[in-house]
Amino acid sequence: MALMTNFWSIWITVLTLVVIVGCFILLRLVTKNTTGVEEGESMGHSFDGIEELNNPLPKWWSYMFYVTIVFGVIYLALYPGLGNYKGLLGWSSSNQSIGTENGIKADSEAAIELANKEGRWVQYDQEVKRADEQFGPIFRAYAETPLEELVKNEDALKVGGRLFLQNCSQCHGSDARGSKGFPNLTDNDWLYGGELATIKTTLMNGRHGMMPPKGGLPIEDSEIKGLAEYVTKLAGRDHDEALAAQGQASFMKGCFACHGMDATGNKFMGAPNLTNNIWLYGGSRGAIEQSIKNGRSGVMPAWKDVLGEEKVHVITAYVYSLSNK
Amino acid sequence: MKFNHEIVEKNIGLLGIFTVIAISFGGLVQITPLLFQKDTTEPVDGLIPYTALQTEGRDIYVREGCYNCHSQMIRPLRAETERYGHYSVAGESVWDHPFQWGSKRTGPDLARVGGRYSDKWHEVHLIDPRAVVPQSNMPGFPWLAENKLDGKLTGQKMEILRNLHKGGNKGQDLYTDEEIAGAQKAVEGKTEMQALIAYLQSLGHALK
Repeated sequence: MALMTNFWSIWITVLTLVVIVGCFILLRLVTKNTTGVEEGESMGHSFDGIEELNNPLPKWWSYMFYVTIVFGVIYLALYPGLGNYKGLLGWSSSNQSIGTENGIKADSEAAIELANKEGRWVQYDQEVKRADEQFGPIFRAYAETPLEELVKNEDALKVGGRLFLQNCSQCHGSDARGSKGFPNLTDNDWLYGGELATIKTTLMNGRHGMMPPKGGLPIEDSEIKGLAEYVTKLAGRDHDEALAAQGQASFMKGCFACHGMDATGNKFMGAPNLTNNIWLYGGSRGAIEQSIKNGRSGVMPAWKDVLGEEKVHVITAYVYSLSNK
Repeated sequence: MKFNHEIVEKNIGLLGIFTVIAISFGGLVQITPLLFQKDTTEPVDGLIPYTALQTEGRDIYVREGCYNCHSQMIRPLRAETERYGHYSVAGESVWDHPFQWGSKRTGPDLARVGGRYSDKWHEVHLIDPRAVVPQSNMPGFPWLAENKLDGKLTGQKMEILRNLHKGGNKGQDLYTDEEIAGAQKAVEGKTEMQALIAYLQSLGHALK
């Protein structure tokens, strides 16, 4: 934390002391009898028959007030409160429970100085450091293990599972079976490939899957019904043969460029396999028609900056294990 | 000097003035210095002013009361930074009026939600949160997808912000005249959903 400028430090110090001294003076003034009326006598006015007597402040009350003033002064001498003044004890909220570091005593003036110089939150940094000492070696060991071996490590898969629940389940579901628009990770069907290295690339850099409306091809609205029927046929479902034949002709206008001549997709560009009856955006004829007509766009965010490679490495093993039990 | 309470006790206006003076000391000590400290008044490196669409999205965030359940304030505790990313600093909120730190987390912190999910996810999730997160207790906001923005006030909002922070972006103004002139065009016809998502996706990129 940066320090305040001298002006504001002095501003705070002066105002704080003015208030304390002011309280003291005010208390002295009001405990003195300056009314010219004997203590306990009537002040000479009454309201609705209730008379005001000249009684002093209760002694216990005014003593309490003095005690708080004394407490305040002692506190401000010992602890930080007056601007940039650090207090005689050198206490700081950010260096509590930091333990000793590089021979510097915990909670000491020197520890604060070091922290100020490095512009860091001591307590937070210590917390992170301690966690890194505890968990760092585990993650580093995982990171150095080739993925092929990591997938056999039960503990690593458990860690990966926790990370998955925390970071991935919002889209892919806590059971990893996805939902409409967000791929199922348990069916061993992969848009971009299910090899360990490919999964890792997907997690690290993200993906952007894009099907333009009608594939960007000169396809008429009237052809969409037929296309949907043909796609239904490809998936091995009940279909109208004549309509599907029309659709096949439309398919040859260029759909094969991405989905392949045999419609089994293209993992290089994330074009889905149309023959396996697995549907990212719904497999009803209506949903298929929507997909063809309006196109689809799916984004997998990149996790390299958020989680770092070590954690992505472990999650990769977990995701792989979901489809390869 | 003869000190007499009677003057204060019998002049309610005077009593009020003295009361205000007495209690303002606390504010003068605790609040005013913060208004002049670099930590709290200067943007962090890499902070980008909201675009026209994000500006509108932010207002929708405020209108729908998102701050009641979502904070935008990651505390410097490891448990929080592990989950949400780098802790929040004051320099990230200097252009927010009012800031959206919030004080209660029924849902997760959103200070660094930008880029964590796809636009599509946000859309599905805002219309019906349970469509993607079955255990969620967040209400749905389906009307956002229907309401269209007219952008009549967008330019004005940006201009006010610019005037509040003259030269506040490392010596530059927050917006150019062209950006303000083009603000209406930039948001007109967009849905409130698009605006809100644009705002959410912009959050928290200044620090990693």
